[in-house]
Formats: sequence, structure tokens, C-alpha cells
Amino acid sequence: MNNTALYIIRFIVLILVQVAICNNINFLGYINPYIYIIFIFLYPIRDTRLTLLLVSFLLGVLIDLFSDSGGVHAAASVVLAYARPLALKNSFGMLYEHQTIKFSKTDLGNLITYIIIATTLHHLVLFSLEIFNISSIILILKKTLFSGIFTIILSTLIIILFSRNKT
Amino acid sequence: MQQIFNFVIRNKTFLLFLFLFGISLALTIQSHSYHKSVFINSANGLTGGVYGTINSIGSYFNLKEQNQILAEENKRLRSTVLNTKSSKSSVNVDSSFSNLRYKVTVADVYKNSYTLPNNYLTINKGKKDSITRDLAVITSKGIVGIVDNTSNSYARVLSILSKKSRINAKLKSTNHRGSLRWDTKSPNLVQLEDISSFASVKIGDTIETGGESTIFPKGIGIGTIETFNKDISGDTYTIQVRLFNDMSNIGVVYILENLDKQEIQLLEKLSNE
Repeated sequence: MNNTALYIIRFIVLILVQVAICNNINFLGYINPYIYIIFIFLYPIRDTRLTLLLVSFLLGVLIDLFSDSGGVHAAASVVLAYARPLALKNSFGMLYEHQTIKFSKTDLGNLITYIIIATTLHHLVLFSLEIFNISSIILILKKTLFSGIFTIILSTLIIILFSRNKT
Repeated sequence: MQQIFNFVIRNKTFLLFLFLFGISLALTIQSHSYHKSVFINSANGLTGGVYGTINSIGSYFNLKEQNQILAEENKRLRSTVLNTKSSKSSVNVDSSFSNLRYKVTVADVYKNSYTLPNNYLTINKGKKDSITRDLAVITSKGIVGIVDNTSNSYARVLSILSKKSRINAKLKSTNHRGSLRWDTKSPNLVQLEDISSFASVKIGDTIETGGESTIFPKGIGIGTIETFNKDISGDTYTIQVRLFNDMSNIGVVYILENLDKQEIQLLEKLSNE
């Protein structure tokens, strides 16, 4: 019960931070971090994948609602939610097989690998759909790279600051 | 039958993924085409309320700048009033015969974006302030966009910084007309296309709205010519226009409603038949 409340609060706070602060950074003109995906990163592993998919879709649609972007965030979040086990397996290996990952106690290196894989995937889908033009592939890759770096740094810092204090 | 159920149950995650991804794709594609009803947009009570709270905090930070803009506009308007020779100052004009052509509404900008391929603004006036679709939105410096969607108390404005926007514009010095588009590259530069190569185009000239549509009145400022070059065919110019407005910093906008709109549209419909 306590945990559910924590996840609901995290969901709302991340959306508010995203639309109030992160969407307005526009570093160097167009670079914004998309930190709301931290919610999908830290979603409990033992929970069913169906719930994760539905919650991610809801998260994406809400972000789309605020930023007038059609359905691009929803699509990217759903892809990330679906591919999350793959990212977990690649970065945590045996720990994931045994279902014993605790994000607050894992090795920092593994955690960062996981964040990098997941962020790259999410941003690639996001910007491909946002620009929606295969001939601007360079622009898509450029945006993915720069926004990705920003998101990776910010989300690593946020996870370290807020989730890893129970050691 | 049994096998179908088994298949669905075995692949339920993948099927749900496909379903949700399909919905998102449909929403994305639908948002890329103009003139369709939009489900997901920021002109609703929830987002309007949140952005209103954020705006009520954030608006204090640029009060000084907004004051400056208002003072400049006042100065300009006052000099226009003082320099206009009033011919009928002593005659009372019956208000029912007044030739009022535009209704002006003031609105606060709650949300503004300028980095996406299609940018929108959310403003705090909606249906109950008689804002409808296809009204012009300007600031004291120049054009901003066109109202695209309304809810009861909020409206969404399609910015000129959008792949979907097409605005009729002309050179101020001559009457050569073209259409204004945006190539999504810089929030300060828009492109004016289809200007005849007979026009004398000079760097620094002013571009203003053409007034051919019923949305924008004639002569609202857009920007100045930055560079220009001939089209591949050599018949028309493509002009890079530097906007008067800083699209990344818009606080208060005016919404213009053409009161003769219905009459003009009726006339055009009649002459088309």
C-alpha cells in the first residue's frame, strides 16, 4: 500500500516537473531533457508487464496532452515499456534472471548502462515520430544524441539523489 | 477456437503493445494533418489549470519587460492619435452606424513552444469569451498565429512556427504577394515563397500580412527581409524573413475577430457558384 502511494506521487511529480521545467529549458535552442521516463526505469520488476504497458501509455498521453505533440510521447513510452526487459537483461545479466534487482542497491555501472540503453531507445522513437520525415535522419540522430546525453545525466543524478538513500 | 484463445493469452503482452502503439501512431499521424478534430490538445480544463498556476508564478519574472513593451505600444498609439487629423470631432456618430471592423480580445499566454516541428501556444480565453477557430492572434509587434482549437475557457493557437501554417503575406513597398511558411530550422526566421521575380526585393524591407484571407487584417507587421534567392525555376523569389516578434518570449497577445467575416465568406461562396 505504502509503495503504491509512492509510485502515484512519483508519477504526478515527474509529469509536473517535466511540463513546468524540463519542457522550457531549450538549451542551445532545442535541447530538452525528458526525465519523466524515470518512472518507467524504476517501475517494480516483479509487477506484470501488462500494467507497465498501460501505465506507460497513460504517462505518455498525459505528457502529449501538455505539450501538444500528438501521440509521440505515448508511442515512445510504450516502446520503452515493451523493450524494458531486454535493456534490463543486457545491463544486469544474472541479477535480472533471478528477479532480485533492487534499484536502490545495485552497482552504479550497471544502472548507468541500463539508463543509457533505455534512454537512447526512447529518444530515437520519440524524435523519429516527432520529425516524421526519414530524409531528416541526421537531425533525428543529432537530437537523440544531445537530448539523450542531457536526459541520461539528469536522470542518473535524480535516481542517485532520491532513490539510493536507503543504503 | 481454443487455439485462438491460447494464442491471444500467450501473446497478450505483445498484442497489448501493438494495440497501444497503434493508438499512439494514429494520434501522431492525425496531429500532422491540419483541419481535423484533435483529441489530444492542451486546450482543456486539466492542462489549462496547471499551466495557469505555473503562469501565475512565472509571469512575475518578466513584468518589467512586459511593462516596457506596453509603454512602447502606448507611445506609438499616442503618436498615431495625435498626428491624425480628426475631421468629425464635433459630430456625434451614432454607434449603430460605426464602421467597427475588428473585435479585439486580450489574452495571457499560458504555454508557448518554439522548438518542435509544429508549435502551439495555449491562451486563457475560450468559447465563453466568444473565441472561435480561425481567428488571428497578434502582439503589438507582429503576428503570432491562428486559433486552432477552443475549449470553454482556453484556446490553442497554431503558431506561425509550424509546418502546417500558411499565411498570406506581401511586401510593404509593393503589392507582390506570397505565402509564408516555416522550414523548422530557426525560431527567428520564416520563409516567404512565391514572390514574383518582377518585384524589387531589398534586404531590410518590411513584410506584412496581405489581407487576402478573412483571418488577418491587411498590414500587420511580420518581419524584415534577411536574405533572398531565386527559386530553381527562376520565376519566383524565396525570402528569409526575420520576425519582429521574439517567438520565444510572448506574454500577452491580442485576438482579432473580423466582424465582416460572414459577409465576405457569403459573397465568396455566391461568386463561386
